[in-house]
Amino acid sequence: MILPLLKRDLGKFFPFAGGGAALPVVFFVAVAMLYPFAVGPDANTLSRTGGGVVWIAALLAAILPLEKLVSQDIELGMFDQLRLRGLTEEVMMAVRLLAHWLSFGPPLILATFPAAALLALDGPTLHLLLLGLLAGTPGLAAIGLMIAALTASLRAGAALSGLMLIPLALPILIFGAGALARQDAASLGFVAAISLGLVAIAPFAAGAAIRAAREV
Amino acid sequence: MGTAPLLRAEGLACRRGDRLLFRRLSFEVRRGEALHLTGANGTGKTTLIRALAGLTTPFAGEVTSEGAIGLLDERPALDPDLPLGRALAFWSRVDGFEGAAQSHAALGLVPLLEVPVRYLSTGQRKRAGLAALIERRVPIWLLDEPLSGLDVSAIAQVTQMIAGHVAGRGIALIASHQVLEIPGLRTLALEDYAPRFEAEEDAQ
Repeated sequence: MILPLLKRDLGKFFPFAGGGAALPVVFFVAVAMLYPFAVGPDANTLSRTGGGVVWIAALLAAILPLEKLVSQDIELGMFDQLRLRGLTEEVMMAVRLLAHWLSFGPPLILATFPAAALLALDGPTLHLLLLGLLAGTPGLAAIGLMIAALTASLRAGAALSGLMLIPLALPILIFGAGALARQDAASLGFVAAISLGLVAIAPFAAGAAIRAAREV
Repeated sequence: MGTAPLLRAEGLACRRGDRLLFRRLSFEVRRGEALHLTGANGTGKTTLIRALAGLTTPFAGEVTSEGAIGLLDERPALDPDLPLGRALAFWSRVDGFEGAAQSHAALGLVPLLEVPVRYLSTGQRKRAGLAALIERRVPIWLLDEPLSGLDVSAIAQVTQMIAGHVAGRGIALIASHQVLEIPGLRTLALEDYAPRFEAEEDAQ
């Protein structure tokens, strides 16, 4: 029962699967393309600040899929039908978390290569950036899923979820981008730890949120 | 086992927001029985069905059921962007069901299988939802307005399918404003359980 669900969720959210799902990746690359035009082509400035810009772009790209992540399936009655088939909300949300991360984490990590070229990032910086995104994007996906589930039944949910993600994502950003400034892989351990904690609680928090959304 | 109750509500009360919709509702539906739930808009038919399905917790009282529950409501849970055939195939895979073609043909869905779900009419979606319900082969059917939006011939088809399910020792609880021609159908008027003020009750 879980495999068809994961396949269906991936079909819905994976880039270029339709429904504007490629938007986060396009947005991410667009930021990297526009940044040199905004601050000038000086390679020194670009390579010093570029890594941080990539992190900001990744964070903002994580907000884009949130609008449809949970609310549409509540309206469709998808979660109700799965519940009647004996699946718990926690399992549904764990599957959704995996599908959400797969559809924006790895594509962003791949898109980091062209972004790094556009921002004149050097080898060690790119290395830390890739590791950081690998450790940080699951956490961003988990925060996004919890927020999407909590705001699913609100009318202004989409706008609100963007605002709510920013403060919650700050620890990941501070340690992830901070590793670049200090050229120090140790703080990526913190990023991984934060991500791990968030991934562990997200299915339970999001599951409780969609259960609560029924009781209105 | 012949008369073992399969769906039972005891002293059920439900509310929506702050408003109590009904209370002290008790009934029992056994195998091979159908119950027609009637009541004006807003009396809580959908709320009752969702509580019976276990999707919401009733304000008071208890629901007991033996056997899996299938629900058909106004949201058939089919992806709007997918062609109907693929949207239904998802549920067939989840339910491990093969041989869907038979129920599709019986409900006149075959010409619609290539059409994206969002282009389907209310009645066509309803029939698709019923096909997904039939494929599950569950004993208890909770149907919320199964006939709304259907044309005359589809109403006859769907009524016949519900009757067939009940005749096959299934259970059906149907909330509907339409007259249902199902043999042995009992009626439950939800208005009888609407809360009244204390003064009104004293006067009786």
